[in-house]
Amino acid sequence: MTMATADREVVIKVRGLVNRLGGNLIHDDIDLDVYRGEVLGVVGGSGSGKSVLLRTIVGLNRPRAGTVEVFGEDPVPHRERPENSVQMRWGVLFQEGALFSSQTVAENIQVPLREYTNMSQALMNEIAAMKLSMVGLPADAARKFPSELSGGMKKRAGLARALAADPEIVFLDEPTAGLDPISASQFDALLRDLQKSLNLTVFMVTHDLDTLRATADRIAVLVNRKIKIGTIDEIRRDPDPWIQEYFSGTRGRAALDS
Amino acid sequence: MNRTENAVLADARAWFRLERKGRLLRFVAGGVWVVSEAARLDRELSGLASGGSPEVEIDGSGIERLDSAGAWLLVRTKRALEQGGARVTSLSLPDRYAPLIASIEQEHVAQPVVIAKRHGFVPVLERVGRGTVGAGRQGYRMLGYLGRFMIEWFEALVQPRGNLRFAALLHQVEEVGINALPIVGLLQFLIGIVIAYQAANQLRRFNAEVLTIDGVAFGVLRELGVLITAIIVAGRSGSAFTAEIGTMRVNEEIDALETIGINTFDVLVLPRVLGLLIALPLLTFYSDVMAMIGGAVMCYFDLGITVPAFMRHLQHAISINTFLVGLIKAPVFAVVIGLVGCFEGLQVERNAASVGKLTTRSVVESVFLVIVLDAGFSILFSILNI
Repeated sequence: MTMATADREVVIKVRGLVNRLGGNLIHDDIDLDVYRGEVLGVVGGSGSGKSVLLRTIVGLNRPRAGTVEVFGEDPVPHRERPENSVQMRWGVLFQEGALFSSQTVAENIQVPLREYTNMSQALMNEIAAMKLSMVGLPADAARKFPSELSGGMKKRAGLARALAADPEIVFLDEPTAGLDPISASQFDALLRDLQKSLNLTVFMVTHDLDTLRATADRIAVLVNRKIKIGTIDEIRRDPDPWIQEYFSGTRGRAALDS
Repeated sequence: MNRTENAVLADARAWFRLERKGRLLRFVAGGVWVVSEAARLDRELSGLASGGSPEVEIDGSGIERLDSAGAWLLVRTKRALEQGGARVTSLSLPDRYAPLIASIEQEHVAQPVVIAKRHGFVPVLERVGRGTVGAGRQGYRMLGYLGRFMIEWFEALVQPRGNLRFAALLHQVEEVGINALPIVGLLQFLIGIVIAYQAANQLRRFNAEVLTIDGVAFGVLRELGVLITAIIVAGRSGSAFTAEIGTMRVNEEIDALETIGINTFDVLVLPRVLGLLIALPLLTFYSDVMAMIGGAVMCYFDLGITVPAFMRHLQHAISINTFLVGLIKAPVFAVVIGLVGCFEGLQVERNAASVGKLTTRSVVESVFLVIVLDAGFSILFSILNI
């Protein structure tokens, strides 16, 4: 991804973001641009506010100060014309999948479709089946309830729901955490394929260096309440001790140099 | 672990002794320095001092087994001796324990965890303060929630834009109303019997047994029919609302709804409150009927009043107003129970304990409010002379 960033469309724009949780300053004056069609990996130590950043961008957390714009808009739903909301143009995969437990997997996937389109039930069923196979779930998972799925399957089903209405941005909160290495690398490949063919913009919180190397165009590191953004090679040259330890520790080197 | 090994473990104890050689103090330790020995070692080590020896040598080569508790005790002893002014020249251990000791010595420099006292004046003061602030915040949030409910409600009525979910509404009516029929019916039938029995016993002394019917009718239709039903529904459905919504909160399902752009009020609160609003008056009517049947049964067996006679007397005794005065409270109770149940559900934090806590609070609050409102209605009706 060597494209000049200046002439690319900014789809997520964060300016002067300040977040506090329980009296602790989490983010202190953060600026962030995410460009259309890129995969941004967000890393940081435990408690550095990765998930809080994601939740702030999708409008679940109100910042103390600063602005968040997604497609140039404040990320709150339109009351009058919900079909124009930015919510329709993004999909979010939560850490544990956050599937609606009273609905089957197929119904879960159809929720965004039902909300924003007038599709017939038959078409929605076809699309649900297609999304399931896209994320590598067997067809019989469609009729299962979330409580009958394993952790990895819940994540895949959650991804299928996030992708259901063909969003332009996908937010992923630790998509490979808790997956076995084979599933995780399948997930990386899937993400890369989908991202290329659908020109998705991906905002991904992750700890997984393999996933970062395989998928991320740029990396944002949350360290000391600030953010540092760059390509993986740029970030690796940063002298910050946490970054050095993260990328140059034994795990980091093994993942990046292989 | 087999029997002999167990026996060995039981025998092996941790021990240490001090050997003084001129300027040098040797701390010799051996046996199993493990967590089960730690309490005793802690006591025995507590008074330890270098006794003026400037140099200390710790010899742990006799230690057979060491775990992190034992290693901490060794490290702590070493640090205590050093603080006492002695110089610890060596700490020898079997080789395999060197990494354990090294990691504890390097990593663990923090002060012991202090668990705050929970008794005494200051903690009580702190709890009172927290409670007061918490109650204030709760009131503030409730006000905000009530305001939002009013707006959403008004919008749903004035310009419905598909925000009423009929499937969810019907599901709630079934869950709250139809599924409650057996328990509500049984309890109200018993209430009818109990009231008739008590009234009959008292009125028999004045030879006015027939007024038992009036007693049952007024008691049930005006007060107990709707009150008992509302309390059952608060315990059955108000708690379910809180638990359902709270679990969705814990599971991030509510966040997921919001990021999809679905109005959580439309899908979670409105169908539940509206479902109760439909179901509770119907349930109240049903429970009035069941309680009157209970009363009639008691009158027949206890007083020998036949059912036709009961009905005839009933017609003279009460007017339609008696029934309506009871029924008019049902929608009010329904809204209160529904709002409290949903509100507390939305207050749940992202942990499982919070669901249980708030479910309890939801039931207590809604039963409390129902009874307070019922008393308010009584005062209002007495002023209005109804």
